[in-house]
Amino acid sequence: MRLITHNMLSCNIKGVTNGFPLKIEAEKVVEKEVDFNPDFLRHMFAKIEWKALVEAARSMGYAELPEDSPDATVIDSADETFLRKLHHALLELHLEEGALVCPETGRKFPVNKGIPNMLLHEDEV
Amino acid sequence: MSNRPELIAPPEIFYNDSEARKYTSSSRIVEIQAKLSERALEPLALPKDDVPRFLLDIGCGSGLSGETISENGQQWIGFDISASMLNVAVEREVEGDLLLGDMGQGLGLRAGVIDGAISISAVQWLCNADKSSHEPRWRLKAFFGSLYRCLSRGARAVFQLYPENIAQRELIFDQAMQAGFSGWLVFDYPRSTKKRKEFLVLRCGPLPTNIDYGHNDSCSDDDDSEDEEDGMVCVLDRNRPRKKQRTNKKGKGREWVLRKKEQSRRKGNDVPADSKYTARKRKSRF
Repeated sequence: MRLITHNMLSCNIKGVTNGFPLKIEAEKVVEKEVDFNPDFLRHMFAKIEWKALVEAARSMGYAELPEDSPDATVIDSADETFLRKLHHALLELHLEEGALVCPETGRKFPVNKGIPNMLLHEDEV
Repeated sequence: MSNRPELIAPPEIFYNDSEARKYTSSSRIVEIQAKLSERALEPLALPKDDVPRFLLDIGCGSGLSGETISENGQQWIGFDISASMLNVAVEREVEGDLLLGDMGQGLGLRAGVIDGAISISAVQWLCNADKSSHEPRWRLKAFFGSLYRCLSRGARAVFQLYPENIAQRELIFDQAMQAGFSGWLVFDYPRSTKKRKEFLVLRCGPLPTNIDYGHNDSCSDDDDSEDEEDGMVCVLDRNRPRKKQRTNKKGKGREWVLRKKEQSRRKGNDVPADSKYTARKRKSRF
């Protein structure tokens, strides 16, 4: 699972109001190289929760992202160093084995072979 | 019908390891899935600016439809309830991310982040109650509600469906409308029983603004523009009493007459030659 997906994913248990962001318990992280596409990053940037991304990247062992969300001028500028970092964090880091933990209830969603198991038990629906 | 897998077992049990492998190694199914997903991407109407969009593939299975999305240059997340199918997808090294989830429990995605969704032959599974706690109506409601939330404004979702009967189709459509979608159905090859394919196209939010249903579409007479200026409410002409029905003031015009004469000539009829008097307006005292 990439961090872009983690950034979209929230806990779906009935009654949970603050199911985002899910905490990452990483056991195995892999990196896969993907083609760099600045247009896509610019398009997605507005939709990303910055804090959640920084925290998630840190828990996967990547701490190069700045703490505060950069403003639009950095995104639109021709200088690609920041976009490269964002690209690496969003699309190249994969959580292979581990778990996602709901911040409110502490429920664990296991991640096997890169697939998070988001199935709920019957009493959670 | 015995060839409906939904009637045999629930999806997470029906698509077990052997079925998942069979499904993906059949070249016929691969071809059909690729064709269907390509067709489903058309009504999605993604802007053609070469920027990849972030799509959702609901019921992605072994990622056959996801491959088509990747070939189309888009990014995607796939949802499926069958772990075996997802394992095959991992082996095939599909580009999108995969999530094991039940769409009837809601998707659990943040609001407004997805640019579009497709689903190939999946939503009809929701119409079956496989466990005692399942109620198709609620599951459809949870699914469409969560989908509506996670789609960005103006985004579309395209579902290829095989509803078993009219009641199922209505159930799915009703729940989608109740979630707030506006939408329509597309039928490919409606007269063929085998090739017939059904697509439900849903749009998040109101219909596009360039379609104006208010004034000009319902009654397209020229007089209506005058009515609007007077602040009058426009009434469909066919609802008026016959005597009060308006006649079109301008008539058909010279071009129309010339065209009709030409048509008649082609049929071999004896038609007077065109002249400056053809279709000339009569004097008012006539």
